[in-house]
Amino acid sequence: MPKRLTAPAMDRCIGCYSCMLACARINYGSFSPRHAALQIRTKGGMQGNLVADICRACKQPACAEACPTGALTPRPGGGVRFDPEKCIGCQACMHACPVQVIQWSEASQTPIVCKQCGICVQYCPHDSLAMEEVPDAE
Amino acid sequence: MLNETYVKILDVDLTTGRVQVSRREDLFAYLGGSGLATALLREHVRPGDDALAPQQPIILAIGPLSTIYPAVTKAVAMFKSPLNNELGESHAGGRIALAMRYAGYDALVIRGRAPRPVYLYIDSHHVELKRADTLWGMDAEEAGRVLRDLEPGRGHRSIMRIGPAGENLVRYALVNCETYRHFGRLGLGAVFGSKLLKGIYISGDCDFPIPDRKAYNRVYTAIYKRMIETEVMQKYHDLGTPVNILALQELGALPTRNLQSGRFEMAHEISGEAFADHDLLRKVACAGCPIGCIHIGLLRQQFGPEHEYSWAGMSYDHEVLYSLGTLLGIGTRHGILRLINRVAQKGLDAIGTGVTLAWATEAAGRGLIDTRELGKSLAFGDVEGYENAIDAIVVGKSELARTLALGAAGAAERYGGSDFALTLGGNPVAGYHTGYANVLGQLVGARHSHVDNAGYSIDQKPRELSDEEIVDGLIAEEQERDALTSLAICLFARKVYDRPTVLAALNAIGIPWHEEDWVALGQRIYRDKVALKESFGFDYRALKAPARFFETPSMHGKLEPERLRRLLALFNERLDATRAAA
Repeated sequence: MPKRLTAPAMDRCIGCYSCMLACARINYGSFSPRHAALQIRTKGGMQGNLVADICRACKQPACAEACPTGALTPRPGGGVRFDPEKCIGCQACMHACPVQVIQWSEASQTPIVCKQCGICVQYCPHDSLAMEEVPDAE
Repeated sequence: MLNETYVKILDVDLTTGRVQVSRREDLFAYLGGSGLATALLREHVRPGDDALAPQQPIILAIGPLSTIYPAVTKAVAMFKSPLNNELGESHAGGRIALAMRYAGYDALVIRGRAPRPVYLYIDSHHVELKRADTLWGMDAEEAGRVLRDLEPGRGHRSIMRIGPAGENLVRYALVNCETYRHFGRLGLGAVFGSKLLKGIYISGDCDFPIPDRKAYNRVYTAIYKRMIETEVMQKYHDLGTPVNILALQELGALPTRNLQSGRFEMAHEISGEAFADHDLLRKVACAGCPIGCIHIGLLRQQFGPEHEYSWAGMSYDHEVLYSLGTLLGIGTRHGILRLINRVAQKGLDAIGTGVTLAWATEAAGRGLIDTRELGKSLAFGDVEGYENAIDAIVVGKSELARTLALGAAGAAERYGGSDFALTLGGNPVAGYHTGYANVLGQLVGARHSHVDNAGYSIDQKPRELSDEEIVDGLIAEEQERDALTSLAICLFARKVYDRPTVLAALNAIGIPWHEEDWVALGQRIYRDKVALKESFGFDYRALKAPARFFETPSMHGKLEPERLRRLLALFNERLDATRAAA
């Protein structure tokens, strides 16, 4: 059964950024947590809440619809698959994303798109993030 | 700089607005942090000039492992201290290390005095002095809120700022970083204030490719798992350092009412356990640390008759519970949280404030000063009196208030009472009265901090130690920590970062170091700091501890002045030998 990334317990998040560092390190070979497909940030400073900007794994992804070259295609369980070979770096996907969470890689001149791999979940010390099974997938 | 063999330094002159960037291969062997900051301070400081003179530099430095390995989260500040007029060094967590790393700088050198209040804006592509006339006068919390709204980069930025205490040059004013972390010790806030520098914003989006993904992944994951899956960090993420309150109480080593006692009858009320059970709201972490040791307590205050309440989250740890709790005879958690709130808003170091107020309370009792000059009398246990005194000191309300702004040692110089001013090497002491190693360690430590060489821990060894074991133990520990803080790790993680781990971490990112390089680095920085302190006029042969440390029994019973003299003499012998070897 396919899975998708969720952030069910951000009230437990301590803001350690291990998730971002893991995504950048393992998926993109980068030391930089900005180079990650999810972003944790504070809302209202450290006195406020921590929030997660994650791909919401849309069933009908607007990013894929906006992509002129077919580099992004819908994935079973929601979200998209990304083929960098087809990407021309037009950023249409970033503008189309309804929750505005697609980051941009200056290094590769391509979008940083979540592939729902769940590596970030493995490095979350407080189970703030989770992979959820998507039962009604085709 | 990651993937390079130089350190990249941003040098900002606040007087002229001139900005320079340099890439220094010659400083790469210091790694970063304390070592790099020591070298840069030596280059730029004017040892004979006043600490608050315009040209005195502020150095901020991170290390090669910053953010990219777990719990390597600190930035090191160095400056000439306006509190004790010699080496100023203070470390802070939060997001400074992350922000400096991805802004692309290993160190900042900030000099000069701005013609008007400014804050320094730094990102990967810009450096700018921005007007802060409007921010000047704001408390640290409000200034942070305004800057968060004005500037971009949520989650990846650091916002450092001073409160009114720094602006008004209180000698134990701090720099607030991300609300809950601080450059607390030795008065960096006053140095900012003297430069009309309200704050620093840093953010960045530099991307650094990983040269050897397999090696780095392996070492990162091993360190991460050790932190998360073993007991080695348990103390810090469970109760945090406040677990020390009851432990020290048991030992009779908990400084109470200006160290007139080593036990506090209300310790159970204000223990780490009591805070965790009743007041703990959440825990948060510095960027890049999976532990989350920052304990936030809920301060809930009624301000009106019809169940009108305000709330705020206050970070607490052992040093704060000691300095604004036991030392002042405050036996309620609510009272301590109120005082934490007050020093946080004003931008004061909690230890400096507590030690100064504890001295003032006792001095008033002995008729040396009249604390009514602050507006209200001081008494151990009286929270309102202390809140009032903090406000009076920050605005310099009277001559007494302005003198208390110099700290306990400075005030005792003016009014007498130095025998019970709890400072060692001019720095207000931390919350342990464990024995000789603690007193000696803070006297001879480079920044006169309990974490320089952990004397309090040496004192708690299960058997009595000889003079040689104490002195050699302190020197060896300080040298190891000088190397560790050159990586700018958080010292809470020191047991994870043993030598094999440090070397593996360095090697995995292309810095081929061996154990002998590591040992030599610690020794070199230790020597460099000694030389730097001596250039400020610091004299290791003239060191003394106030009588109070000998009057009140420690966990080893009453300390003998004669034995401390012997220990100091032995320490100086060792120091001479170190110099001769160099």
